[in-house]
Amino acid sequence: MTDLEILEGLGEIVEEIAGVPAAEVTPSKSFVDDLDIDSLSMVEIAVAAQDKFGVEIPDDQLKDLTTVQDVVAFVRKNAGSTA
Amino acid sequence: MTSPAPVTSLNSAGPFAAATGARILSLGDYQPANVVTNDDLAAAVDTSDEWIRSRVGIVSRRIAGPDESVTDMAVVAGGKALAASGLSPADIDLVIVATCSTEASIPNVSAVVAYRLGIIAPGAYDLNAACAGFCYALANASDSIRAGTARHVLVIGAEKMSAWIDFTDRSTCIIFADGAGAAVVGPVADGEPPGIGPVVWGSAGNLAQNITIADRTSSLHQEGQAVFRWATTNMHPIAAQACERAGVAVSELAAFIPHQANLRIIESIARKLGVPRERLADDIVHAGNTSSASIPLALSRMAARGDLKPGSPALLLGFGAGLCYAAQVITVP
Repeated sequence: MTDLEILEGLGEIVEEIAGVPAAEVTPSKSFVDDLDIDSLSMVEIAVAAQDKFGVEIPDDQLKDLTTVQDVVAFVRKNAGSTA
Repeated sequence: MTSPAPVTSLNSAGPFAAATGARILSLGDYQPANVVTNDDLAAAVDTSDEWIRSRVGIVSRRIAGPDESVTDMAVVAGGKALAASGLSPADIDLVIVATCSTEASIPNVSAVVAYRLGIIAPGAYDLNAACAGFCYALANASDSIRAGTARHVLVIGAEKMSAWIDFTDRSTCIIFADGAGAAVVGPVADGEPPGIGPVVWGSAGNLAQNITIADRTSSLHQEGQAVFRWATTNMHPIAAQACERAGVAVSELAAFIPHQANLRIIESIARKLGVPRERLADDIVHAGNTSSASIPLALSRMAARGDLKPGSPALLLGFGAGLCYAAQVITVP
């Protein structure tokens, strides 16, 4: 998966769960401060990301992923190099 | 060879002929008079009406008075269900009270409730499966009737969660509340299909530390995010399995009545299960999370309002501390 593919997938998830248009889900955005997404929605996004990308994002790591780019990088890193 | 002496029962009734199935005959509910709004809570802890509504979906809840016990609430809800059934107290031979918030563990609630309702010498036990308690109790009631160990069972979920809440802890005091709901369960007529479907139940003790009361002087502690993740990930397949075992399609359900844990959690489960929002019980909005009382409370109030057509299928799903869960499809009385 390329960063762009992950970003597109993440945009779809955020739009479905939080109602934020996928186009607004850009790398530098903060989930809490820019996209107005709360901690419970972040959990739902993490669960959906696991279904979509096959990468588990545990609660203790989730709290450190503050920007869209943080999640993209986490997914890329943990999806393995073969993807 | 001599045959063994016949086993005699000390109970006044039974044994009974095994029934082919059980159903809910009637319902009853009780909520304390004291309404506590989000603004009331915001005056005491750092929170706000908007924050509470957006995180848990609760607008107001009922909190029992200092002299109002789990037993008192169970008696009122149970008495209403018994009156609505048209049966007499003498017809009830088993009383099960699902609760996890009694002031003390001895005596149990159920025997005292039975006595106060004039039910003579029934089997009586309390059942603690936390927020899944009512579904567990309903399954046991159904199985007892099917086995012939009881003919009519009074099943009650009653909770005084406020007794175990720290009202300076804004993560829990906004969620939990008090109340009771009850059902009288009896056999179906021969040849009729069961009105309580097969239960799908289980537990995840490896996650028990996420909802705890450490000791008798402590308050309830919950890891909200972990519980949210667990419930929104694991509960919809359990609910789907209960429908499958009952032979009812999700699209045929007249209502989905999950434990009223948090509106966000139950909306997520309903979405994943494919239940339209208008068929999802949202009693939590004005009742809060009353643990094992929340399902019978919602069911009874919805039925009383005429929201549920008698004879239609409704899906119940309890889940909570333990972590325990149980689901079954019932026929609305």
